[in-house]
Amino acid sequence: MTEVVATNETILVVGGGISGMTAAIEAAETGKRVVLVEKRAYLGGRVSQFYKYFPKMCFPTCGLEINQRRTKMNPNITVLTMAEVTNLEGEAGNYNATITLSPRYINDNCTGCGDCAKVVEAEFDNEYDYGMSKRKGAYLPHVMAHPMRYVLDPAIIGTEDADKARAACKVDAVDLDMQQEEVKFNCGAVIWATGWQPYDADKIQPYGHDRFDNVLSNVEFERMCDPKGPTGGKIVRPSDGKVAKNIAFIQCAGSRDHNHLYHCSRICCMATLKQTNYVTDALGDDADVTIYYIDIRSIDRFEDFYKKVQDNDNVKFIKSKVASVTRDSGGNPVCNGVDTEGYHRYANAHDMVILATGMEPSVDADKFPVDIVINREGFIEADEKNGGIFAAGVASEALDVNRAVQHATGAALRAIQVINRVATTEA
Amino acid sequence: MNDLNTNMIEKYRNSFLNEVEANVEEGEWVKMCMQCGVCSGSCPLGNAWEHPPQELFMMIRAGKREEVLSSDSMWMCTSCYNCIVRCPREVPITHIMHGLAHYARRLGMEPKEQPTAKFAQLFWDNLMKKGRVNELKLGIDLYFKVGEGMKTALKNKDIGIAMWKAKRMNPMEFFGGHAVKDLNGFQKAIKKAEELEAARLDKHKA
Repeated sequence: MTEVVATNETILVVGGGISGMTAAIEAAETGKRVVLVEKRAYLGGRVSQFYKYFPKMCFPTCGLEINQRRTKMNPNITVLTMAEVTNLEGEAGNYNATITLSPRYINDNCTGCGDCAKVVEAEFDNEYDYGMSKRKGAYLPHVMAHPMRYVLDPAIIGTEDADKARAACKVDAVDLDMQQEEVKFNCGAVIWATGWQPYDADKIQPYGHDRFDNVLSNVEFERMCDPKGPTGGKIVRPSDGKVAKNIAFIQCAGSRDHNHLYHCSRICCMATLKQTNYVTDALGDDADVTIYYIDIRSIDRFEDFYKKVQDNDNVKFIKSKVASVTRDSGGNPVCNGVDTEGYHRYANAHDMVILATGMEPSVDADKFPVDIVINREGFIEADEKNGGIFAAGVASEALDVNRAVQHATGAALRAIQVINRVATTEA
Repeated sequence: MNDLNTNMIEKYRNSFLNEVEANVEEGEWVKMCMQCGVCSGSCPLGNAWEHPPQELFMMIRAGKREEVLSSDSMWMCTSCYNCIVRCPREVPITHIMHGLAHYARRLGMEPKEQPTAKFAQLFWDNLMKKGRVNELKLGIDLYFKVGEGMKTALKNKDIGIAMWKAKRMNPMEFFGGHAVKDLNGFQKAIKKAEELEAARLDKHKA
């Protein structure tokens, strides 16, 4: 059984992505007790799936490693993975949380050696690569996963594969009898950092993400560019494996659109400008990149980054939201539309089209356990009615990593204030 | 405020946008267009338009009254509603196009010999007589006033006969045709609506 020591001076952090980790660490390093709850089998969230950060083009693995280490070293933090908050009741200073833990079928003995994965045969779509690669039924979610422990897919439990995995394990880490369990504990404040999911590109019907192999979303392209990703970092067309040189990016795919997401997702412009660098770095002068946009929103100091991309002769900008994507006889996606600078009609064929899809908040307004103010866009509003529940990062609005971390630090401070109030009254 | 400021405000005061907002159906939406171009790219007849909707909106905001109202473009709209469905800001583009066409017609600024405009007039006149559209007469009018007369009529004769056989069209309708129950009431209602519309238009003209 999992045991959690917590009181009403404990802070519950929901979501172990970059925001949740930051909030948990910041609060724990001031001496508060924190329980960090993460739905996935590892910490790091969406950030762990990025190849590089803008604007410095450095690797997120670097910052993640530091944060993972801070989490690991801090005795004030209890991490629960594969865990979800299923109930929450109470008020600021005194909440009762119910957490449901899914079985991992691997216990703490796991050394991460990978012997189980070698013998298991069943394969599944790898969610870490957005289904662009396969993983085994016994798997390490990604090379830098924390906790560094394998996971058994529930689908192989009761099959031969599960027995093989248990037999192969030298440290007795496979526990096929593990059950789903419920943990209840007391806490004083809650930081809600459930982050985002990429807007489902299939819903943007005219762009054909569901019909055309060579139309990808930006998160899929990000995985493709990562050397640890499904193509080993090669930028190739999914339809025929040929190197893609002529690549188009469609901005505001699903954002700022009353048919999809109302809000501007804020990061997609910079993500696209960043991704043009992947293409020009890989192909040099062979790269032929086109960005279709309504307006480029490279917020504040990122203007400099935008200017540098504009100066690159291999990248051109067309001011127009593409009306539809069709496919020509060669399997090339064709962007159709009318540009705003001169109203010229175009039908441009490309090797590959990347949809700069936006951020959809993962806050479930219908199932939120307590009363909370959620706006039309689905983000949590900062409101006194929320009591001791504070949104951090993308649960509050569309933010890049930098701003999400700042926001999470702010949320940690708000939670600390509630805890301090509780501590003072009780002393 | 000094003279320079007042002069500049006068210079940039866009009276045409105000005029459109006041007189054109759904005209108050014109300012909401963010010039993304999805409407123009989604229009199945886009090639036939001199100025796609996106450009018309920009022209309105730029105060190009003559060019917009005498344009042939909004008469090209076939009401497929693709633009409305895809517009990221839910601008009712189709309605605005018809609103612009209607407003241009009221001012007598529509392009002459424009087939859609001519057909719209035929439809209206036809409808006003009996309160119902006489499809037979409307078809014949269309062939002779917009199409190539007898030649067009003969081209469509098989369809006409088939419709007659299927009781979808009655040749006897050629002689008068049937009316709505209260034709007098219908004409009164239309007359009243026209008076109201004229009064509204006069108010904005002043």
